[in-house]
Amino acid sequence: MTMIADWLKVDGESVAQSVREAQAKLDGAESELVLDFSGVQRVDPAALWAMEALAEAAGEKSVKVALRGVNVDVYKVLKLARLTSRFRVVN
Amino acid sequence: MSDKVAPPLSEERIAYLEGLVHQARTAAAVFSQYTQEEVDRIVKAMVLAGMEQAQYLARLAVEETKIGVMEDKAIKNMVATEFVYNYVKDKRTVGVIREYPERSLVEVAEPIGVIFSILPITNPTSTVLFKCIMAVKTRNVAIFSPHPRAWRCCAEAVKIMYDTAVKHGAPEGVFSCLESHDLEDNKWVMHHKDIALIDATGGPGAVKAAYSSGKPALGVGPGNTPVYLEKSADIDMAVVDIITSKTFDNGTICASEQTVVIDDEIYDIVLEKFAGLGSHICSEQETELLGRTVIDPQTGFMQPMAVGQKATTIARFVGIKVDPATKLLIAPIKGIGRDYPLSVEKLFPVLAVYRAKSVDEALKVCVDVNHAGGLGHTAVVFSNNEEIIRKFGDVINAGRVIVNSPGSIGALGGVYNDMVPTFSFGCGTGGGNSTTDNVNVFHYLNLKRVARRTQASMWFRVPNQIYFNMHAVENLRKFPSRSTLIITNASLEQFGHVDTVKRNIPPETQTRVLIIPDTEPDIKIVKRGVEALNLYKADQIVALGGGSVIDAAKIMKLMYESPQADLEELAAPFLDLRKRVVQYPTEKVNHAQLIAISTTSGTGSEVTPFAVMTDKERGHKVTLADYSLTPDVAIVDPQFVMSMPKGLTVDTGVDCLTHALEAGVSIFASPYTDSNAMQAVRMTFKYLPLAVENPHDVEARSMMHNAACIAAIAFSNASVGVNHALAHAFGARFGVPHGRANALMLPHVIAYNAAVPTKFMPSPNQKGYNAHKKYAMMADLLGLGGHTVEEKVQSLVTATEQLLDQLGVPRSIAEMGISKEEFEQAIPELAKIAFDDPSWRSNPRMPLVTEIVELFWAAYHGRSSAKVAKEARKKKEEAQGMVTV
Repeated sequence: MTMIADWLKVDGESVAQSVREAQAKLDGAESELVLDFSGVQRVDPAALWAMEALAEAAGEKSVKVALRGVNVDVYKVLKLARLTSRFRVVN
Repeated sequence: MSDKVAPPLSEERIAYLEGLVHQARTAAAVFSQYTQEEVDRIVKAMVLAGMEQAQYLARLAVEETKIGVMEDKAIKNMVATEFVYNYVKDKRTVGVIREYPERSLVEVAEPIGVIFSILPITNPTSTVLFKCIMAVKTRNVAIFSPHPRAWRCCAEAVKIMYDTAVKHGAPEGVFSCLESHDLEDNKWVMHHKDIALIDATGGPGAVKAAYSSGKPALGVGPGNTPVYLEKSADIDMAVVDIITSKTFDNGTICASEQTVVIDDEIYDIVLEKFAGLGSHICSEQETELLGRTVIDPQTGFMQPMAVGQKATTIARFVGIKVDPATKLLIAPIKGIGRDYPLSVEKLFPVLAVYRAKSVDEALKVCVDVNHAGGLGHTAVVFSNNEEIIRKFGDVINAGRVIVNSPGSIGALGGVYNDMVPTFSFGCGTGGGNSTTDNVNVFHYLNLKRVARRTQASMWFRVPNQIYFNMHAVENLRKFPSRSTLIITNASLEQFGHVDTVKRNIPPETQTRVLIIPDTEPDIKIVKRGVEALNLYKADQIVALGGGSVIDAAKIMKLMYESPQADLEELAAPFLDLRKRVVQYPTEKVNHAQLIAISTTSGTGSEVTPFAVMTDKERGHKVTLADYSLTPDVAIVDPQFVMSMPKGLTVDTGVDCLTHALEAGVSIFASPYTDSNAMQAVRMTFKYLPLAVENPHDVEARSMMHNAACIAAIAFSNASVGVNHALAHAFGARFGVPHGRANALMLPHVIAYNAAVPTKFMPSPNQKGYNAHKKYAMMADLLGLGGHTVEEKVQSLVTATEQLLDQLGVPRSIAEMGISKEEFEQAIPELAKIAFDDPSWRSNPRMPLVTEIVELFWAAYHGRSSAKVAKEARKKKEEAQGMVTV
């Protein structure tokens, strides 16, 4: 059976909100949720907290979350916040 | 999670602390994205808020801690904001903060992350304001741990800074404050893996804990400021400054004066002035009582209850009757140490004074105070005697030596001097700290250096004048001198060459001749030459001869001009001529121009900065290298080489070829040396066989004489390579002439250098590895053919072998009658000597010792590269199923 990952574009202006919406979709996700970060230039503490919560919830539901299109500046922030190991970062 | 075993804290407590650190880590990650403009906007708002709340926070601090003076604490809060802002406002702390275009270097700021900051009781709110501003300016996040008796005021100060910072865009969680100051909490947080730096301002315990945590730490602890009040000082100013400083916030600043050492001549008048300005001079009995009360007799440290109290309050505790307006208690002491309790740090308005009978005694007592708990911190001198100020600065170990100004306010910086404003005094290793600086924003940054590749400035140095071609010696007429010494050897005199030279020296010149042996010079020969130069007061030296004579003349000139020169020292090894440890003398007692006339076509000593002599006593060669050795004038006149015997023509000619080939591929090669090296290769290939074949061929002799000089110009500036290292070792061990030894190695070294190196040589001036391409260029220049670089290199190897065959030089070490056993025995030492030889330092390929051994064996067997290539071709053909007949 071919699994098709759910895909969600993260709004660069309201990252925390987008991530929270993604978390709400975890229940319906097949096996993997892909968040498109290509429009995100900067993240705030709320976004990081939301991502932590998402990682936590995804782990509980055995759904993998992939981040696609993360620019290197945002990637460094995720690294400093120790979040990169909790997601699959796809180049 | 912490890295170490958690101390006995409740789970709730750990969860609370973990939450604080987690929040800080998130904030730090977010903060790293901020721009300089965003940061500066937040800082400015924080500074204004701090200024606005300065008095409020000061009042809170005094009410809570019962320490210090509200008005002074308000001033401190203003200094911590306004003065610090004045220092940091234009400083770049984000991204590229400094650029050094001339060094191709850029410094980029990287935030540290989460800072755990321990706060003192003595300066609580000012330290909070200062550290918050520093943290935001550098995009860091801080968790504060206030002193338990200063928690409320610190928490309020943190809140004011936090609210303002977040309101103006700082990330949530940028500051936090532990709910209580518990040593176990501190320990747990200090060991947390997400704490990047500990900034501890406080007592010795806090500082020690910070440094013991294993984390990078800025620990700023106690001091014990000695003051020398010297007789030349402006006494009125000094007394007011000391009172101002020592009573500021009731003496709570750790840089404040502790013991004033006063010159005997002014002691009484100084005390009188202190008394006149509201100080109480304690009697002997009062001093003793004071010492017993405010200093803990068990520990020898000040009693906490006295810290930051008024002089009158302390006097009342102790039972000393003083005027109610008394600002300061002055206690005369007669020594420093445990027997004199008041000689230690006293963060309250009690000042020890000492009467010194001499400057020497005064300085020694200041050193004693400095070593009694004040190492690395602060010291003060009042004097108008520059020598004494300098001496004080020399003998006292203090990060801040304050001159003619108040210690505490002076040390804070920016008020009485141009030091960096701070509330954290680095005390260096003396105080167990990593810095002696006034801690500032740059201690809150990781600096990254982006260093671009630079090209070192290169050089191309040759004698001022080079005269060449037949009868070039006539140019000697252009160099009149008072007294000229010709240095030469007997055979050249017999050939009539000395007469030829003499004929061309202007007649008004007194000319003498010194005959030296035609061997490598030794110190005796050099001394003889120097004696002659002194005897004749020579102002010109004409060196007529081969490499040995010219080298001898170079060393004689050096010793004549600079008799203090130590040849052994000057022969010290070096890697880069520009960075060498030993410098050649520039002071000269005599001056003599050196004109070098070469009579061989190989060493090129007439244009090189090298000279070799033998140290017979120690049994080794001394190689001198410095451009000051280069002759002033070179004369390259072929008439002096027309009679060179065939063997010498071959040996020197091969030496010339080796110079050119090695300079051509040297890591120090430049377009300037390339042009000379390539031309010398071309000329040698063409004219050396002709000169050997027909010694009377004037053109061939002339061109070879020029080629040797041109090759020497190349290697004087680009140096030689591993071929010379091998030849030096082998030649010395088996007594083989230098040129012949070079010849044995040459084809093997070309093939070796052209192959992919096992180890590359660091060579900032070369773009990539290019030795094989340079050899290919030489092959092209020689018209040897070949399509690929490999083919061209091979054709150069083959052409070199053919040339050597044509010259009739031995083509293998075995052929020279050296047995395999003897050579095998010699190999380890040969390899060692060759590896120690500086010649290969400019080789394009770093020779491993094993490779040196392989090269020696290749030279022993004389395996022809052409033969090797033929064998390789044969193998390839066999592999392809072809049969070679």
